[in-house]
Amino acid sequence: MATRHWPALVAICQRETIKFWHQRGRLLSALVRPALWLVVFAAGFQNIFGVSIIPPYETYIEYQVYVVPGLLGMVLLFNGMQSSLAMVYDREMGLMRLLLTAPQPRWFLLFSKLVAGTLLSVLQAYAFLVLCLVFRVDIPWFGWITAFPTLVLAGLMLGALGLLLSVSIRQLENFAGTMNFVIFPMFFISTALYPLWKLKESGAMWVYYLASFNPFTHAVEMIRFALYGQLNLLSSLVVLGALGIFFLLAVWGYDPQRGLIQRTRQA
Amino acid sequence: MATLSVQSVSKSYGSVQALQQVSFELDSGFYALLGPNGAGKSTLFQLLTGLFAPDQGEIVLNGLAIKKDLPAALAQMGVVFQQTALDLDLSVQTNLDFHGKLHGMHKAVIKTRSQVVLAQLELSEVASTPCRALSGGNRRKVELARALMTEPKLLLMDEATVGLDPASRATLLAYVHQLCDQQNLCVLWATHLIDEAEAAKQVLVLHKGKLLAQDSPAQLIAQTNAASLLDAFFKLSGETRGMEAKVARL
Repeated sequence: MATRHWPALVAICQRETIKFWHQRGRLLSALVRPALWLVVFAAGFQNIFGVSIIPPYETYIEYQVYVVPGLLGMVLLFNGMQSSLAMVYDREMGLMRLLLTAPQPRWFLLFSKLVAGTLLSVLQAYAFLVLCLVFRVDIPWFGWITAFPTLVLAGLMLGALGLLLSVSIRQLENFAGTMNFVIFPMFFISTALYPLWKLKESGAMWVYYLASFNPFTHAVEMIRFALYGQLNLLSSLVVLGALGIFFLLAVWGYDPQRGLIQRTRQA
Repeated sequence: MATLSVQSVSKSYGSVQALQQVSFELDSGFYALLGPNGAGKSTLFQLLTGLFAPDQGEIVLNGLAIKKDLPAALAQMGVVFQQTALDLDLSVQTNLDFHGKLHGMHKAVIKTRSQVVLAQLELSEVASTPCRALSGGNRRKVELARALMTEPKLLLMDEATVGLDPASRATLLAYVHQLCDQQNLCVLWATHLIDEAEAAKQVLVLHKGKLLAQDSPAQLIAQTNAASLLDAFFKLSGETRGMEAKVARL
């Protein structure tokens, strides 16, 4: 008799949610980081970074408004990497073995982990939107609804990247490298803090090109447009494509027959 | 048909040959996989559970090839790993629930089965206790309870008594022997402790990645003209008594 999949997906989501509930400081730290950027950084740079009228905006906007999609992306990015850290922790604690020896297809177990991580990412993103409301950052009310699918898609894409990274991170200590080589470059070489044309205008062409190809840029732009009820088709397709590539590579990486996990003694 | 069939299985990590052409077959009963640390016991368990794939050879559980039918084969397997694999922040019951759901079990079945296994292992009173608050012996019992939740045909115990005091070790061992008798279960019990192998139906002697022998303790002793199972191990492996530190007597 075939094993039922649905209870496994629910169990993995429940476990991640319970663990998150037990680690309440995690929500706080997930909010403090973007809140600092919103309140301190955006206030300080309000008059330095002039943002001209660019789609999806129809008028001049405050810098605080401009950075909100980038900071939502930051919440998703950090939580995606946190999920990767949790995978490495589970591997060190032996819990990964329990998961990988469940009678479910491996891709489905990884998919369930991805869904569970994204669920938490999206919850945190909405908690940040509440914070934006508190700080009176002007975001259209309907944006809360129209941004939902893009937050889910971006959360899945960044979570899949985290899954992929967890294949090759052998120890928790190596996670600092992920911060330096993945999170920071991905965040800073993107449109999270400044629009692409600013980079071009300042002559930093290689940064401009890197940012143009950065999937995080497209995740941020997809969310930015969705917050104003618009669809950025190109960015959505790029994020969808990146999600597919990252997830397939992660499944390959965890494949005991072929993947990177095969080359280690630890599973 | 054998419950578990392992045919010509080899595995290496880079230049280290962890297992070399290992073949054996198991039916129901208690089988001890005896070997010192580094013999390849854990590697064999990783191959049996599909965590890694063998470089060559085939593993079949009740007609299901691990390579092709891994989820179906895993559904018939209960595993207790050498390293504790409990979520320490969660309660005993939540750990069991999580495992049951991973195996696709219905809520009602999980409830019934968890009550049965917790009662069998005298853990009912600690069902709502976080695993972190349990003793080492009880944590192992919870892992065994979890492995038994799904009524497996094959129970893999990878040095499950490591870190336990003698009394807890004896209790766990006795309980698993009792299970074998009552439920017609096939148990593969990896150990480096001779006394844990003495009551086994058969002992599989693994040394430096090679399976040196598979027979009943009495037959192994007789075949090697040894005085004890420990002596038989030394004669089979060609090791000296200095190995005693590795293959220890209680």
